[in-house]
Amino acid sequence: MQEDTIAGIASGMGGGISIIRVSGENALTAVGDIFRTPKYLSDEKKDSDWKSDYFIKKDTHTVHYGLIVDDEENILDEVIVILMKGPNSYTREDVVEIDTHGGNYVVKKILNQLLHHGVRLAEPGEFTKRAFLNGRIDLSQAEAVMKLISSQNDFSYQSALNQLEGSVSKYIEVIRQDILHNLGYIEAALDDPEHISLEGFGEKLRTIINGHIDQLNKLLLNFEDGRMKSEGINTVIVGRPNAGKSSLMNLMLEQERAIVTNIAGTTRDVLEEKVVLGNIILNLIDTAGIHETKDVVENMGVDKAVDYLSKADFVIYVVDASESLDKSDEQIIHLLQDKKGVVLFNKSDLNIVLKEEQLQQKLNWSVIPFSNETKQGLEQLKEYITNSFLKGNISYNDQIYLTSIRHRNAVEAAVNSLKQVVQTVDDGMPEDFYTIDMMEAYRSLGLINGETASEDLVNKIFSDFCMGK
Amino acid sequence: MNYIYNKYDVVVIGAGHAGCEAALAAARLGMHTLVFTVSVDSIAMMPCNPNVGGSSKGHLVKEIDALGGEMGKNIDRTFIQSKMLNTSKGPAVHSLRAQADKKEYSNSMRHVLENTENLVIKQGEVAEVLVENDKVTGVRTTSNAVYPCDAVVMATGTYLQARCIYGDVSQYTGPNGLAAANELTGNLMKLGIEMRRFKTGTPARVDKRTVDFSKMAEQTGDENIVPFSFTNTPEDLEREQVSCWLTYTNQETHKIIMDNIDRSPLYSGNIKGTGPRYCPSIEDKVVRFADKERHQVFLEPEGNYTNEMYIGGMSSSLPEDVQIKMYHTVPGLEHAEIVRNAYAIEYDCINPLQLKASLEFKNISGFFSAGQANGSSGYEEAAAQGIIAGINAARKVKGLEPLVLDRSQAYIGVLIDDLITKGTNEPYRMMTSRAEYRLLLRQDNADLRLTEIGHEIGLISEERYQQLLYKKFQIKEEINRLIDTTVGASEKVQTFLKSHKSTPLQSGSTLAELLKRPELSYDLLNEIDDNRPELPRDVAEQVNIELKYDGYINRQMRQVDQFIKLETKKIPDNIDYHDVYSLRKEAEQKLSEIRPASVGQASRISGVSPADISVLLVYLEKGAHR
Repeated sequence: MQEDTIAGIASGMGGGISIIRVSGENALTAVGDIFRTPKYLSDEKKDSDWKSDYFIKKDTHTVHYGLIVDDEENILDEVIVILMKGPNSYTREDVVEIDTHGGNYVVKKILNQLLHHGVRLAEPGEFTKRAFLNGRIDLSQAEAVMKLISSQNDFSYQSALNQLEGSVSKYIEVIRQDILHNLGYIEAALDDPEHISLEGFGEKLRTIINGHIDQLNKLLLNFEDGRMKSEGINTVIVGRPNAGKSSLMNLMLEQERAIVTNIAGTTRDVLEEKVVLGNIILNLIDTAGIHETKDVVENMGVDKAVDYLSKADFVIYVVDASESLDKSDEQIIHLLQDKKGVVLFNKSDLNIVLKEEQLQQKLNWSVIPFSNETKQGLEQLKEYITNSFLKGNISYNDQIYLTSIRHRNAVEAAVNSLKQVVQTVDDGMPEDFYTIDMMEAYRSLGLINGETASEDLVNKIFSDFCMGK
Repeated sequence: MNYIYNKYDVVVIGAGHAGCEAALAAARLGMHTLVFTVSVDSIAMMPCNPNVGGSSKGHLVKEIDALGGEMGKNIDRTFIQSKMLNTSKGPAVHSLRAQADKKEYSNSMRHVLENTENLVIKQGEVAEVLVENDKVTGVRTTSNAVYPCDAVVMATGTYLQARCIYGDVSQYTGPNGLAAANELTGNLMKLGIEMRRFKTGTPARVDKRTVDFSKMAEQTGDENIVPFSFTNTPEDLEREQVSCWLTYTNQETHKIIMDNIDRSPLYSGNIKGTGPRYCPSIEDKVVRFADKERHQVFLEPEGNYTNEMYIGGMSSSLPEDVQIKMYHTVPGLEHAEIVRNAYAIEYDCINPLQLKASLEFKNISGFFSAGQANGSSGYEEAAAQGIIAGINAARKVKGLEPLVLDRSQAYIGVLIDDLITKGTNEPYRMMTSRAEYRLLLRQDNADLRLTEIGHEIGLISEERYQQLLYKKFQIKEEINRLIDTTVGASEKVQTFLKSHKSTPLQSGSTLAELLKRPELSYDLLNEIDDNRPELPRDVAEQVNIELKYDGYINRQMRQVDQFIKLETKKIPDNIDYHDVYSLRKEAEQKLSEIRPASVGQASRISGVSPADISVLLVYLEKGAHR
């Protein structure tokens, strides 16, 4: 099977230039086919035809100025071509990048021209897939590329960048190698008891393994944190009908940059929008979408609200301060007891009937006086949310975040296995029992950077790629 | 001039531990079988250590027996001491070892071979394996007799171009001065077979009348003997046992060795072959563990009717005069009279990467190879390969699929998979650490794992199979009974628990739950188990292990499930790895050379990385969709 040569647009939307990336065995000749030097074109009496091996003779990592022509030698664009011969390239194959003038039309023309020369369009994620398959990056790094492309804020950008540099892999690998080292010691001692002693090793191992558990638990603890920061904080807006939930939602959306509208299928009855608030993303979920009929108590959609609340990282409880609490409020307050959130005293510009203390007796949250009309309290609300999640202790560089559920599951499995090892030591089992769960922990951790070969791992991950990187 | 002798179904070259098992298996499966030996008097000879079994090797012997082999029965007939090793560790690493009466062991095996139907023994040296169109057609002896046959099992041990060495003395013989086989290697190479040169060694033997045992610690055998063969009961094997003796080397020993290390042929370069790291000579140990003040030395009797004692732990190829001085420094050996010198032996073997899991050469149909000729070391490793090669030679002739045991089924599977997948650069020795799923591959359950397979193949009688089924039934019944039997917090139970430093019960508990407590066992629970049936020792042992370690066993079984997934992902025979784009060059070469049968096997090849396996999986996945 000859792996074909692929091409795709490597740059993002907008901007002055677009980059077309070509990778594969024929990358050099395919681009060579459609490239001309100004000198060649200006030479009226051409002695020879253009040679498509032009770039093959050039050194790797060189930059070439020239023009792209169509089959009739019409000039399509003036370009800069960058050569990166394998294996010193993103995919480890021969890679050619063409910097073109921006604009869809020109780029499409050039791509089309390449397709005429034995190149096909890259599938989503295919460059990265090749980089991984060719051993240029490990699995965790490949996932990071995906995240990097789709990262929507500073945090996910930074944590993806860290992951790309292999910080998760490195962190995990250190632990993994230490487990292997100790496994090796036990095995060696079992095989050669005359020369290698296991006396007192259980105690030593317990300390070592507990250390690993602590380190891995740290990752697990900040997983939720990491997920919220990179994927957004699930912020659920609740409140009885007409308390002003939708207006709040709209106000937030007007004020901030909304990224995604209405995620279809996932939130049938609920309006969900992403809002960027400084360095954090809020996934605003307005339960106003839950069917509300006159029979408020019956049909408030308590079941669904419960469902959304269970996934909520943060709750904004909108109360109509111009009226006293009613039955639905009681019901809502009951649901919010273990949650994290804030109360908005809406309609504070009107006659306030409700007292803060009244509410705080039932729900121990901060209360912010608010008005949709005057926007009173909006800044305070934003500040409150930001402070709740950032608390000024974020450090992008030295903190390693697990940001994928796959990694989380693997780490969790490893922790369980390691706990089993400690249990085995505690139970006073013979040393040969230690290795069973140590081996399993070693295997689980290997799933993160692909050191453990697993049948469906590769396909699963690459099916997640949805960007044209 | 050549002349044609009788035709046989299967010809086995060599009657050592591999050859005997191969010949017996083939003959018992109805094959007209001929076995060659350089000397009929050396059938199943033990040229090195006078024992069978030991750590992980004991597992192999029990597996051979469970499949219907002879080694276990033979050592049960001829042992003079029996011991279960590692009993302070978990059941996975308990290992049975028996001291053999060497002469008896050999005679007894010879007797079995001589009286097996379909089996013919011939003294002679095979010079050539005859191959036409990549298929075995027969063998030719040095006497120019041609024996046409359908399958050949090569089990040449350490005899190919053998050379025995100590100091600057070289003798071109096999072990114990037996004739070497000097013609076969060249003809194998003509068949395109890649040969290796390995080395191993043996210590001196001393006259027991000249040993001062008062300076040594006595090592007696076990009172309760565990048989190697599942066909024997402990009562069958009761007999007088002899002792082994433990002593140690010391600084003086080490000094003599270091002072003369330049006279060791290993260090002078006189020996080119690669020796076993895990069965090192005393000079190796002294050099490698320089900070060790002493090394163990075991004096083991070679038999009931000889005064020779084997000096276990001190194999050497130092010159004779250094050997004498060295041995005399060991407490108890000061005046020891050496009967036979220690020596190293160099011999030709094949690169086992050329074999399939059936032990058949990939490129020569009907040609099988087993034992030290494949680069392994040890009697047990040899016999384990022998029985598989013999079975598969017979199955080849009958046109049946080969028997392949995987790593989750048997140590035999681990051994063969390692040899044919990873290859070996030194004589390969079995070790418990090589088995990933060793809690499942215990020596005590080899019959439960393999006897059904042995029956299917035809080496296990119907009667023995029925006994196995009954044993399985008994184990299951008793486990269920313990799960269903609840004991209350009665005074009897609490007293029992207290007497074993076990936490008293708050409420009722099943016996199965109590059995899981580290301080309790099936045997101990007898005291509070009123309705316990009378069960054989081995059944009780299984009940104890299966319930006690149930959590670990289940987790290990889940690991096996993972393993099986990649193992059952087969790679087509005709795959061209050059077509699998993105494979690294090294991986492509290794995969092309070894041609693994499954992705699982591929993942164990050194030089093939997990990323290569991902590439391979993607390629196979694509192929499946095409």
